[in-house]
Amino acid sequence: MAAVKETVDRVKAIDVDAYKYGFVTDIESEKAPKGLNEDIVRFISAKKNEPEWLTEWRLDAFRRWLTMEEPTWARVDYPRIDYQDLYYYSAPKSMDDGPKSLDEVDPELLRTYEKLGIPLREQEILAGVQTSKVAVDAVFDSVSVATTFRAELAKAGVIFCPISEAVHSHPELVKKYLGSVVPVTDNYFATLNSAVFSDGSFVYIPPGVRCPMELSTYFRINERNTGQFERTLIIADAGSYVSYLEGCTAPQRDENQLHAAVVELVTHEDAEIKYSTVQNWYPGDAEGKGGIYNFVTKRGDCRGDRSKISWTQVETGSAITWKYPSCILRGEASRGEFYSIAISNGRQQVDSGTKMIHLGKNTTSRIISKGISAGKSNNTYRGQVSAHRKATGARNFTNCDSLLIGHDCGAHTVPYIESKNASAVFEHEATTSKISEDQLFYCTQRGLSEEEATALIVNGFVRDVLQQLPMEFAVEAQKLIAISLEGSVG
Amino acid sequence: MNKPVLQRQRTEAEVALIERFDQGDRRLVGASALRADAMRRFAEAGLPNRRVEAWHYTDLRGVMRSAALVRAPETATLPVARECLTKPVAQTGAFRFVIFNGAYNEELSSSGPLPAGVTVTSLAAALAAGDADVLGALKADGPGTGDAIVALNTALMQDGIVIRVMPGAKVERPLAILNLMSGGFAQAAFLRSILLVGAGASVSLDETTAVCMPDATQANEALTVVVGDGARVDYAAQVAEQGEGAVAVHGLFVTMGANARFNGFCLVPVAGLVRRQIFARLEGEHSTISLGGLSLLRGKEHADTTLVVDHAVPNCVSREFFRHILDHESTGVFQGKVVVRQHAQKTDGGMKSQALVLGEDASMNNKPELEIFADDVVCGHGATVGQLDANQIFYLQARGLSRGEAESLLLEAFANEALELVADESIRARYAAQAADWLAHRSGQ
Repeated sequence: MAAVKETVDRVKAIDVDAYKYGFVTDIESEKAPKGLNEDIVRFISAKKNEPEWLTEWRLDAFRRWLTMEEPTWARVDYPRIDYQDLYYYSAPKSMDDGPKSLDEVDPELLRTYEKLGIPLREQEILAGVQTSKVAVDAVFDSVSVATTFRAELAKAGVIFCPISEAVHSHPELVKKYLGSVVPVTDNYFATLNSAVFSDGSFVYIPPGVRCPMELSTYFRINERNTGQFERTLIIADAGSYVSYLEGCTAPQRDENQLHAAVVELVTHEDAEIKYSTVQNWYPGDAEGKGGIYNFVTKRGDCRGDRSKISWTQVETGSAITWKYPSCILRGEASRGEFYSIAISNGRQQVDSGTKMIHLGKNTTSRIISKGISAGKSNNTYRGQVSAHRKATGARNFTNCDSLLIGHDCGAHTVPYIESKNASAVFEHEATTSKISEDQLFYCTQRGLSEEEATALIVNGFVRDVLQQLPMEFAVEAQKLIAISLEGSVG
Repeated sequence: MNKPVLQRQRTEAEVALIERFDQGDRRLVGASALRADAMRRFAEAGLPNRRVEAWHYTDLRGVMRSAALVRAPETATLPVARECLTKPVAQTGAFRFVIFNGAYNEELSSSGPLPAGVTVTSLAAALAAGDADVLGALKADGPGTGDAIVALNTALMQDGIVIRVMPGAKVERPLAILNLMSGGFAQAAFLRSILLVGAGASVSLDETTAVCMPDATQANEALTVVVGDGARVDYAAQVAEQGEGAVAVHGLFVTMGANARFNGFCLVPVAGLVRRQIFARLEGEHSTISLGGLSLLRGKEHADTTLVVDHAVPNCVSREFFRHILDHESTGVFQGKVVVRQHAQKTDGGMKSQALVLGEDASMNNKPELEIFADDVVCGHGATVGQLDANQIFYLQARGLSRGEAESLLLEAFANEALELVADESIRARYAAQAADWLAHRSGQ
């Protein structure tokens, strides 16, 4: 009940339409010239001192990208993107000196994080004191500027560093796994990312290790007109476990910003990765102008037997979301999970869902998706569950519920359920409804305003998914849900 | 934006179909502007293939390598048709209209006076006379017109039955349309029938497609139904007989007025490939549409049911219930889409697709879609795919049934639940007999 009250208070405290995190930090940054060609790809690669093979890998991706066409099948509508009118590289300038600790980090940058409520500095101080610790590999625009808790993670043998660093320190791992889950030519945006990816996190959990803390990355898009091309690679070796948190906020913008990230997860035998996302990028103003385009490819590969990958996402931001975190269930008895809350308000467009590809025997998967559309938004669940010939005993349960608030929004469900194995058992159910008058009446009878009542009911509606989030995120997510629904009532 | 589209290489079948139209088939009477426009749309799109979202699971371009020929109606084949009419699937107590080898055949059809309130003409005659109602029902902005195979039907339609039911007429005796091909070679037919039901009338229509000497035939059939205010239509359809390698595509277009009721069902127990497309639009308030189907598949059979129910007005109810039993290497497809437009408040939509997969190599593809733009609605869908429940089989075996008997009993129950949706008792009994035959064939292996 306390959390709900907090949500309600939060809603009251904020003016309608004010984007809480909409501010721009003015710090010097270094950019590649606008546009995209082989020279820019080489420039990015050179900037990062990348080895020859990676430069070639990027160039190969770029050449393939030129032959591809932008996908149009999603239920999203946006003006054509001019890929030659974007910057593909931007790094805070003071990075050249390579700060070794937080003290060396640009103080302006730190203040930005403070406004966002990321207690980076505080966390380092608290290290070793708190039982629940969070390591933050902060990504400010394109370069990871600060990484904490390195020492403690190293003790456990966990590698957690920017991927640009991993290329040098652990080339064998990067070479082995990069592009092995999301192939270079997977889709238009993934290929673009492969060519120009800026930076991101690299995580390797050695066999049998349970990562001692939850790993976390906060993304921030900061530079005007800069596409963000994050690349995350997480490998959980046999019998290991890691929980990874990703949270995003972005400053207010006039022009649309493109974000095309790729996240690859690999689990070996008996390993488990839990990947949680809270996404709150700028959704655009009341007319839907200026929001962020979020075209992300996220995929996990359960390579080992009995391995598990669990995706949990709370999507409240972005003008356009195009995102399908998927699981390839290759190992015997491996398990994939997808828990999602997608909230759209204003003129947001969400086309999101998951893919569960059952390849191995006795693989199981579970999909719980809760979509909430308000305002003039469109919210689509698009998911695929498939069992291949050899996936004997595959099992899936899918539940996707949509809630409509207001009469100008749309909620859509497009599931693909494909079974090629007689012993596969798939169940799918979906419902669409509005907030029940009875429930609203009940709440308002007890003194809640309509907006408070709506927030309360919605929080109840998404409860199944919220419970899957780590504590730190659950609270933040609850606040975000309430903020996202502002102005949707009445 | 206007990038020149690369001209795709046309397949042999596509070229043949377009040429046939261009050369002006002398049997294609009337509606020339409508036909030309439809042919243009078909030529642009080509035969549907995997890249067309609505045809993702049924690659017609791959299956229809060549275009079968249309056969001229001739008297020499009449005995074949007469023999065919004695088969159990052709038995009906209904007033029957027979289309044989692409033309309405009065001789084979039921004789005697039509039921009161019903008038009938052939499509060819109606088109030749420029019948305004018929042309109106065929006009290009109806539901489903974006589909290439529907366009092909409109362009090449040879004949069909146009049935008008007068306002207020309660037609007691069911009407039946039998689309018959003599077969014996790869033969094509393009048929279009129209059922116009006046306000407050009620009628039951039973449509059957069959090939006398089953072969790799290609049937492209469509039925347009206009349900007037307060009218009630019961409809049942099946492809009763066709050969290996045969393709049957059937389109059903329903537009409904207010307070109307449409109850449709389709049975698929047949060789080859069957694709059923249903496009329904609810245009009057307080109407109810119920669509059901049962597909019993074995061998390499392929059955696809794709439907779109468009709630254009408030306060309507739609129900879809489809079941598949898939043996051997057969493939089942169910794609259902319920669209609720912005002002269609108080819509109640429910869709269910269930499949039992028996064959190791059988596959089932489900795509139940919801597209909702109104907030005060209750819509849901469910889709399941699975095997027979081992516990239920054990329960029956523990009571002395053999495994085969137990399976048959459970399958029969599964099939009958879908067949309950068939409104007309005699049709239901005929379908149930076919389902029983199918099961008997299965357990007899």
